[in-house]
Amino acid sequence: MKMHWMRFGPAVCAAALLAAALAGGSPAAAQEELRIGFAVPLTGVWTGPGADMKHGLELYLDEQHGQFAGAKVTVIYEDTQAVPATAVIKAQKLIEQDKVQIIMGGAPATEGYALAPLTNRFGVPYIAPVVSGDDLTQREKAKYPLFVRTGWTSSQTTHVLGQWACEQGIKRVSIVAADYAFGHESAGGFQQVFEDCGGKVVQKIWPPLGNQDFGPFLAQIKHDVDAVFTVLVANMPAQFAKQYKAAGLTPRLIGQGTSADEFVLPSMGDEALGYVTVLQYSAALETPKNEAFVKKFRAKFGKVPGYYAETNYTSAQWIDEAMKKAGGKWPGSKEFVRLMAETRLDSVRGPLRFDDMMNPIQNVYIRKVERKRMFGYPDAELWNTVIKTVPAVSQFWTYGKEKFLQQQVYNRDFPPCRFCE
Amino acid sequence: MTAALLGALAAAVPFVNGFVLLLLTKTLVFGILAMSVDLLIGYTGLASMGQAAYLAVGAYLAAILSVRYGIGLGCDFFWVLAGGLVLGAALAMGFGLLALRAAGVYFLMITLALGMVVWGLAYRWNSLTGGDNGINLPGWPVCGVAFRDPVADYYLVFALFVAVLAGLFILVRSPFGLTLLGIRESETRMRILGYNTWLHKYLVFVIAGACGGMAGVLWAQVNQIVSPQDALLTNSVDALLMVILGGSRTLVGAVIGAAIVLFVREYFSTFVTWWLYVLGAVYILTIYYMPEGILGAVLRLGRRRRAGGVGGLPAAASASPRNPE
Repeated sequence: MKMHWMRFGPAVCAAALLAAALAGGSPAAAQEELRIGFAVPLTGVWTGPGADMKHGLELYLDEQHGQFAGAKVTVIYEDTQAVPATAVIKAQKLIEQDKVQIIMGGAPATEGYALAPLTNRFGVPYIAPVVSGDDLTQREKAKYPLFVRTGWTSSQTTHVLGQWACEQGIKRVSIVAADYAFGHESAGGFQQVFEDCGGKVVQKIWPPLGNQDFGPFLAQIKHDVDAVFTVLVANMPAQFAKQYKAAGLTPRLIGQGTSADEFVLPSMGDEALGYVTVLQYSAALETPKNEAFVKKFRAKFGKVPGYYAETNYTSAQWIDEAMKKAGGKWPGSKEFVRLMAETRLDSVRGPLRFDDMMNPIQNVYIRKVERKRMFGYPDAELWNTVIKTVPAVSQFWTYGKEKFLQQQVYNRDFPPCRFCE
Repeated sequence: MTAALLGALAAAVPFVNGFVLLLLTKTLVFGILAMSVDLLIGYTGLASMGQAAYLAVGAYLAAILSVRYGIGLGCDFFWVLAGGLVLGAALAMGFGLLALRAAGVYFLMITLALGMVVWGLAYRWNSLTGGDNGINLPGWPVCGVAFRDPVADYYLVFALFVAVLAGLFILVRSPFGLTLLGIRESETRMRILGYNTWLHKYLVFVIAGACGGMAGVLWAQVNQIVSPQDALLTNSVDALLMVILGGSRTLVGAVIGAAIVLFVREYFSTFVTWWLYVLGAVYILTIYYMPEGILGAVLRLGRRRRAGGVGGLPAAASASPRNPE
């Protein structure tokens, strides 16, 4: 008996393995599946934007009936709570337990800096629709070959506004920016271009992230500046314009796109009129694609989509296009990133393509808050009317990659405040 | 009881998936911090709201040493651990001088403020800490075994946790530990008895800081990222709540509290979006029905059973409320 077992052992093993392989293989043969881990903050300061991000993705999935190029898409949502350590553990859960092929998400730059190394270690592509920390696609990109940014860098848009401010004859500007990486980088980009074309930043004021009472900060603003440039995020912008006007300040308001994002416009009043902000998207973009997007989103979720929703919708579309190129079959992490890199997109926000650091080259819109009727909606509401479109903006602005990367990343003290009074 | 719990923790490993294992590892690390808080609030009656400061300095030490100098990626990791211990103690020596001038709610406010100072430094001192973006660690140490393996990492943390627990266990039962209880009950009486109560409080404050610093090194190693969020007030408050939830003056209770909070927040939240309500309900129910914490309630039941009485006096006595002082 013993002899028999020993002789047949290998054969039995082989048969068992074959059976296992067949059993494992058959559902895959029936239908390909794409598993996406979606990790964004759904509680805390970021609850509002987090929900919008989720909705953007959901809308695109709905439109495609849950399938990308024939592959069934399964999305697993996780709440990162905007804490890097939690983002890390949640992403690890998504990869190890849920076996996702792609990680998508992150809101504040800190989450991006936490998720990029982790996903890279596990060999999983990381798609970042919102995370805008400059260096992830600049000085540190080489470390993260599987990092794909479908959104923007913080300074990509504010460079454009710096140039625009010069063109408008604005000479002296005060900066009020949230005191964290996004605020520093956005303000730095604005300051550099603005001062290159002859403007002067005369003061920089840094309220903490999440601050909603701007009294002490408004009191510091000089009354004789031409404009105040703001970088406010999440729950901060809603109160700012109101308090600004109440404090009797008259310099015009300009700022990063998040300062007047669509998700905050409904809670603003006429005090926001004329606020000029800059972003790669506006819900008031008058293109058939965008009109359709805004209408569908509003019908489904009851509000006008902001950039948080749009960028996740577009990211899903980008993944879809790459999957089409792969024939609906998961091509492996490296190949997937390569396919993403060569995919050009005709998106809601305009034409998109990647530069060689995996950051989109895209239109940047100068937008002005106006009260008007749009897209056949009955009420006059606040919209970010596009007043200027700057096409195909690179994250390196007009400096060129090599020259730009030689300088340090924008921070609280760089560029130095040469004209501060 | 404690031994059974530890045995279960050690034996649990082969049966859990990677995510749960990671959470257990985090629980034990945070448990060390929570035990240090228990040492202060449970045994000495000092409500510290700044314990995350020590966690943060330990974590930043580990991160900066490994990223800049490549220290702590081999067996020298244990030196970094010792370094975290020393740095935490050193910081507590400085902070203790300031904080221990006051008592009660004033002590709480001072420790809170000092904790925020460390947060501010982490946030603002860009060249050293990387500011808001934090620092990514280059990887796990390799010493005989590669601690990149979650199981190996778990046992490393587990061993250190047991060591700290044993050390603190001995400490609180030593004559010194008993003086701490005395101080908690009535500092005036202890002083009249001839004890230098300030020195005793100072020493225990420094020991707690050292534990926090060491936990910080492990915290950095487990998360592989250090950011100002680690120094945030919420971490200090979490540690305090964990102690209250699990049962103060038990050491192990702090770890039970840590497990409940972390599992609700990071494991339960993978199933439902309303996990915050659950956490809130847990806190409220505990305060209402088990004011002495979960382990405290279990121990009281045990004592009552041993006493053989129904609602016997010993139980009531042991559950007596804190000294109103």
